[in-house]
Order: sequence, then C-alpha cells, then structure tokens
Amino acid sequence: MHRLIGKVALALAPFAALVAAGPAAAQVEVDVVGGISAPMPIAIPAMPAVAPANTAAGNTVELGKQLAQVITNDLKKSGLFRPLGPDLLRPVSFDQVSAPAFDYWGTTGAQSLVQGYVRANGDGTLTVGCYLYDVFARNELTRQGFVVQPADWRRAAHKCADTVYTRLTGEGPYFDSRIVYASETGPKDHRIKRLAIMDQDGANHRFLTNGQSIVLTPRFAPNQQTIVYMSYEGQRPTIYAYDLNTGRSRKLVSSNHLAFGPHVSPDGRWVVFTMSIGGNADIYRVPMSGGAPQQLTNTPGIDTGGSFSPDGTQIVFESDRSGSQQLYVMNADGSNQHRISFGGGRYATPMWSPRGDLIAFTKMTGNFRIGVMSPSGGNEKLLTDGWGDEGPSWSPNGRVITFFRNGRGSGNAEIWSVDLTGVNERHIPTPLGGSDPNWGPLRP
Amino acid sequence: MANMTAKLAIAAALVATAGCAKKRPEVLPPAPAETAPTPTPQPTDNSNMVQPGSAQDFKQTVIDDTIHFALDAYDIDPEARRILDSQAQWLVKYPNTRITIEGHADERGTREYNLALGDRRATSAANYLIARGVNASRINTISYGKERPIALGSNEAAWAQNRRAVTVVIE
Repeated sequence: MHRLIGKVALALAPFAALVAAGPAAAQVEVDVVGGISAPMPIAIPAMPAVAPANTAAGNTVELGKQLAQVITNDLKKSGLFRPLGPDLLRPVSFDQVSAPAFDYWGTTGAQSLVQGYVRANGDGTLTVGCYLYDVFARNELTRQGFVVQPADWRRAAHKCADTVYTRLTGEGPYFDSRIVYASETGPKDHRIKRLAIMDQDGANHRFLTNGQSIVLTPRFAPNQQTIVYMSYEGQRPTIYAYDLNTGRSRKLVSSNHLAFGPHVSPDGRWVVFTMSIGGNADIYRVPMSGGAPQQLTNTPGIDTGGSFSPDGTQIVFESDRSGSQQLYVMNADGSNQHRISFGGGRYATPMWSPRGDLIAFTKMTGNFRIGVMSPSGGNEKLLTDGWGDEGPSWSPNGRVITFFRNGRGSGNAEIWSVDLTGVNERHIPTPLGGSDPNWGPLRP
Repeated sequence: MANMTAKLAIAAALVATAGCAKKRPEVLPPAPAETAPTPTPQPTDNSNMVQPGSAQDFKQTVIDDTIHFALDAYDIDPEARRILDSQAQWLVKYPNTRITIEGHADERGTREYNLALGDRRATSAANYLIARGVNASRINTISYGKERPIALGSNEAAWAQNRRAVTVVIE
C-alpha cells in the first residue's frame, strides 16, 4: 500500500513567510441550483525542479510538468475553472515560485495562479510545493507541501489541486480519491465482470479479481482498505469483503439465500445488504467482522439498496411495497420507515450524500436518469438525460456524482460523472467497459 | 407478496388441466436486425441414445425448459403452467434428479432490484413445481437479474424473451 507520507510546512528559504490571507479578490461563485456564471481562469505553469534529478517517477524536470498537467486536468474537470496549463505557459524559475511575476500573469487573463516546485529528497521521497496566488490582488492565498513516495506523485498533484479548489470555491476537497467498479468485457449474454480500482481521474488502474465469477456492486468501507461486493463464486451469490492490503476476499454473509447490494456504515462496523428469502427481498445488517444477519425490513415487497446517512443514524432504501419502486428512509435499526419519493415514475438505487443534504437516485420514466432530492423528499432535480444512466455514487465532497451509462442495444457500460449543476458531464476513461462505480472517501 | 405467490402457485396447480389448445412457438421471433443466440444443437436422428433421466432427456421431453413473465411480474400464467406441468411430470418420473431454476430479468430495471425480481421468478417456478409434487429439496434457485440476457437487443421483443425462468437438470 502506498501512503502519502505527509504534508510539510513550507517556510524554508528561499520562500517568504506565509502571508496572512487578506480579502480574496478571486473567488469562484458556486451555485448548485443554477450552475456557475463563468469558470475562473487560472494559470498552472510547469513546476520547476529544485535540481534536475532522476527518480523512480522519472526526471524531476519532466515530473514538474506532469504535476502541473494533473492539477490542470483536475480543475478543468470540476467545471469551475478554465485552466491555462503547462503546455500553454512559459516555464517559471525556482526563484519565481515564491515571487510570481504578477505583471506577466496579469496579461494572461488568469485570475489565479498555481505555482510549485518538485524536489528529490535524499531518502528517495519527493517533496512537492504548492502555492496559490491571487493575480489581481498580487498576494499569496495559501501554500502546502507534500512529501510522497515517487509512485504516489500523482497524489501530490491531486492534493495540490484539492488545496486550490477548496481555497477558491469553499467546497470540500475530492481529487485525491479513488473509484472501485465492475470492469466489463465480452458479449452481452456472457459478460465477464472483474472488480477494478482506479484514481478518480482513471489513472493507476488495477484489476482486483480475475473474472471467473460475476462480481457486482463493489462499495468502499470508510477505512478505504476494505471493499464489500457481491460475487457469484461457486454459483452461490452472496456478499464478500476484499482486503486491498492482502488482496484476499472473505465471505461476509454465509447463507444459502441470495444476498447482494452491500453498503458499509460510516463507522465501519456494519454492512447493510439485501437478502431474498422465498422470493421476498428485505434489508439486513451484519457486523463487518461477520456473524448472523439481523433483519431490518419486513414487508412483502422488494426492499433493497440501503445507504447510510453520513451520521449513521438513518438509512435510505428503495421498496416496491406501494406497487412500484420508491424511496424510503428509516432509522438505522429499521424503525420509522417512511416514504420520501412521490414524483411520477420509479425511483431506485438511493445514495445519501456525504454532506447529508441530498439523496442521489436512479429515476425510471422510460429512460433511466440520475437525480437528487433532499432527504425529506423535496427539491427533486434530474441531472442527466441518458437512456440507461444508473447507480449514482457521491464524490467525497458531495458535489459530484459518478454513475454508469448503458448503451442501448450493445449494453456496453461506461463510467461517467456529473456535478450538481447537471451541465458538467464527463466520461471517466477505463481500459474496458465499466459499471457500478463507487467513489471512495478522500485519502488521508 | 411472497405468501401470496405461494397461494397463487397452489391455486394455479389445483386448476391446471392437461389439455390446452395453444402450443407455444418453439422460437420467439428474433429481434429485428439483431442476431438471436444460437440454440444448442439437438441430436435428431439418434434420440435412442439419450439417457433417460438425463438433462438432454429433460430438454427433449418437456414442452420447454423456459417460462416467461410479463413486465415487472412473477406470476405463472397459463402458458407457463402448461410448461411447468410438463416439467413436473418428468421430474416426478425421475425422482432422483435435481434441478436449478435460474431467474432472469430484462435490462429495463436497476441491477439490484432485478436480482430480487429474478429471485421472485425462480421462486415462483419452484413453488409451482413443489405444488405439483416435486420435492423442495431437489430444487435450487439462482437469480441472475439482468446479468445473463438470452436476447441481445434493446427492444420489447428481446426484453420479453429475457424475463424468464429456466429449469436446468443438474448432471
């Protein structure tokens, strides 16, 4: 496992002491209802190397350009920025990192400037410095330093992008995070599905299972080391837990009944899932350590898809007890079940935002679309308009949703993301097809 | 609804009669401009070599190994009853055989709901066979949800073929 080694204070010569943050002239207006007025122009030149050096991640001079490119891509895909990346900008010298040429940057049209540097340390690690400036006010807004193993160099870039994004938008960070999903390949009637994991931008892709058994609906545990999922191993479809440290899976629910759709509680202690007994699907929970399932719902309909509120006290799920699939909320012990969706059509796959303010879902009215509503059921808003959009999962800051998009006819599935404005839709590249994406928490 | 299913199945078993006029077409019309999956070749001229009580014998003897369902439904209609009756007859004749009933759904439902729906359908078929005298211990069910369509198109004809329960004799 690769761990970010840590943040460092950037107060070393030749850098000036941290300037106290004054009133910020540059601030992105985020309006989740009506979209944003205009993305903020921001300059991200290549990061100079303190001294050219060869590392396990390549030469530091080349690395400095790649770091700036990853930051550029992150900010661009957020939809809130219009970055000028390293390919469009003249390089800066190491001395300029803490003393920007504001006169020049003013001529580029950029409102903000991200500069940084990369240094190869004696112990084999890399230090990446990250500085954010307000070009109009000609002052520093924030700075961060990150020490990483060379293999984790992209994480330093994501952390820098998160620093910039957070400072300028007031939203929480999300770029340094991963997505687990079901990789798909092969004909529609014999599709091979493998667990796979990647960074949120599609980089560092890795397969976790070999495809001998169908795997569905992987979901991160809060510890980010465990992934719960459903597998058809031995033709007995049930819930397993995959450990990213050991690369091993263990059976979490030992039952002869069909079990699927696991979700982990925010404290990591429980896994809620669906078990179908005699054709009647209800929601159960089982301790993460294993043990006997406890039943939470007991109605003669299909109850499935239980996602926890961020405080762990409530669960949103879907049920067709009324005659069609609708969304319901209950307490974590199964009490106080009440319906929250009342619009036309069927509602499925609810996921509670990590911010707590919204519930994402799949809405079926002929087409399958991704939408959000408040936990009390109001303020419904549809974000996508695909033929087969399904299975939303929230970014760590609750502003972006990943989902999968099924192609009509081919059935080929792709991973996409959309933000709460509904206008910023992005395809996340994967080596093969992909479905059931689950966005993990922000990495430590 | 599960209880209701069981009751419906038993009621259906009680009213089921042997003589039905309409025979199910062997193959449903293929989806326009799309290839239907190739059926498993069946030996035609050497049926004397088929082992009585084998999976092949089952497939040749029963009306169909597959029953179909209406949209978002899991009740056994008269057509399905006729098919399951023929399956039950064979299963009663060979009491040492075991079967798996695979429940399937079309692609116009969400993944998890469809897993539950496939289980409902497989259970419906199993309950019917049990009501017709097949011992429950001989029947295993598995739901594939929308993971294993048999018709590949995205149209009503393909979806109708994919909403199904398939009886497979375990060899």
